[in-house]
Amino acid sequence: MTHEVLKIDGLTKLRSGRPVLRDVSLSVAAGERVALLGHNGAGKSTMIKIALGLLSPDGGSVRVAGSVPGSGAARLATAFLPEAVSFHGALTGREQLSLFARLAGTGTGPVAGLLERVGLADAADRRIRTYSKGMRQRLGLAQVMLGKPAVALLDEPTSGLDPISRQDLYTIIDELAAQGTAVLIASHALTEVEARTDRIAILRQGELVANDTLRNLSRRAGLPTRLRIVVRGGLADQMAAETGGTRVNGASVDVECAPDTKMEALRRFASMPDRVEDIEMTPPGLEDLYRHYAQEGKQ
Amino acid sequence: MTARVLAVARSEMTILRRNRWLFLATLIMVLFALALTFAGSAPTGSLGADRLLVSVASMTTLSVYLAPLLALMMSFDAIAGDSERGTLALLLSYPAGRGEILLGKYLAQLAALSFALAVGFGIAGAAAGLTGGTSPESLAALLRLIGTSILLGGVFLAFGHFLSALAGSPAAAAGAAAALWLVFVVLYDLGLLGAVVLDSGGVFTTTFFPWVMVANPADAFRLWNVAASDGVALTTGMTGVAGSLPTWAAPLSIVLWLGITFGLAWAAFRRLEP
Ligand SMILES: Nc1ncnc2c1ncn2[C@@H]1O[C@H](COP(=O)(O)OP(=O)(O)OP(=O)(O)O)[C@@H](O)[C@H]1O
Ligand SMILES: [Mg+2]
Repeated sequence: MTHEVLKIDGLTKLRSGRPVLRDVSLSVAAGERVALLGHNGAGKSTMIKIALGLLSPDGGSVRVAGSVPGSGAARLATAFLPEAVSFHGALTGREQLSLFARLAGTGTGPVAGLLERVGLADAADRRIRTYSKGMRQRLGLAQVMLGKPAVALLDEPTSGLDPISRQDLYTIIDELAAQGTAVLIASHALTEVEARTDRIAILRQGELVANDTLRNLSRRAGLPTRLRIVVRGGLADQMAAETGGTRVNGASVDVECAPDTKMEALRRFASMPDRVEDIEMTPPGLEDLYRHYAQEGKQ
Repeated sequence: MTARVLAVARSEMTILRRNRWLFLATLIMVLFALALTFAGSAPTGSLGADRLLVSVASMTTLSVYLAPLLALMMSFDAIAGDSERGTLALLLSYPAGRGEILLGKYLAQLAALSFALAVGFGIAGAAAGLTGGTSPESLAALLRLIGTSILLGGVFLAFGHFLSALAGSPAAAAGAAAALWLVFVVLYDLGLLGAVVLDSGGVFTTTFFPWVMVANPADAFRLWNVAASDGVALTTGMTGVAGSLPTWAAPLSIVLWLGITFGLAWAAFRRLEP
């Protein structure tokens, strides 16, 4: 049974008279990791701020662990990682995290362990002024893990992190989900999201245009798979003309085929051993999918 | 509730200590207070006041300028800075309410300011007392000076929070704080002076002037100290105005201003979208 901890229903938000969120409905269940994608200005951060109770909605309803955003119960249940956060440079990492721990009511017990967990143990007693961007981001991540939140709202958590730190970040996100936290990740890093989330939601100019698993999204989009045919003996031009593909270089031709004709095309090329040396198949990636959903109808 | 206020206050106090504000404010107070006490060659004997009383009188004038200035400099970044860094949104996502955050920051800054004022005036006062004698009256005047300076500082701390919440950026808040200081501490009195000169002894000077003056918290602070001690009044030459007002006028003005500025800060902070 799924337990929807974050529940957004028909959410509408106006800013300067312009709608930046239009009738958005999205739920995240306990233990689920949902990626929230969309262009710059699509409304991702706005949605997160409303779920935190920092902004009030102009229509629709939002519930966090059954409570109204901004209420005491909702705030206790929510963890937040702001977009591009930087802390007061005069405090040390330990002091900053201790403040959050005291506010969260967990006491400073977990502080040292969390700093260790995000790889800041050595820098814990240095002023945040001396931290690199990625170290600040990790400090932000450490406070997310305070007090077993029911919902974690992460706004571009990987921005500024090196590849290893990103891996660590997703490991931490997995741990959060494993302990039952509903995780919503606003992100632009498609490849990571593809591998490490359960569901993908895409906002386009304030409208939710996709909300499903990657598999279902790609099936629905019906995006073509690209076959790269490596042709023998300089017959690439001829092959391109015959198949309607495009010549890539002297020896290869790219052919795009819809999901339902893919197997047929493969069989055809496989039966030309004298002309075809090799076939490389590239299924549509998240980038293609993202482009399909996020730009559809926008010319 | 109190645990969270204390957590915020504690963090703010660390910041004030780290960026040397506590140290600088105390140093400024000590230096200026000592300089005024010993450089001021007021004719003590002729007025029948001991040196400490004369010192308190000059330190009262000093405090009118310095207490608001230090308070504004300590507080202008409190909310705007956190808002710009993105930490405010994060703080507000915790169970701490806006009132608790405001109160915590305010208490820490008030404690730091009180420390600076008490140490500065205390050291200068002790020096004056040791070299020139004290009396129960002059000791009471010193304590009153410290207490009222803290209240005056408290008014301007809340003013600083108000501007900080209103301005949106630390730079804008700093500019607004400087303008506010100039208006309350310098321009207001200049304006009053001009009005009195123009009026040349008319109705304004005799009836309204004292009330208009006491309506400014900085002047109310001055009048409070003057009215409460004849010695201080004599050495500052402000007996006239102080005498024409009821004794409750100046304390009431300051207490009202505390309420007003705190209300303004709270209202501006509530409306602030992080
Ligand atoms: N304070 C504000 N006043 C008016 N409009 C705003 C304000 N903040 C954001 N907006 C507008 O709201 C829309 C959504 O902004 P939002 O920050 O939610 O986008 P986003 O999806 O998070 O973008 P990004 O990927 O760049 O972070 C944008 O059109 C933006 O211009
Ligand atoms: Mg954003």
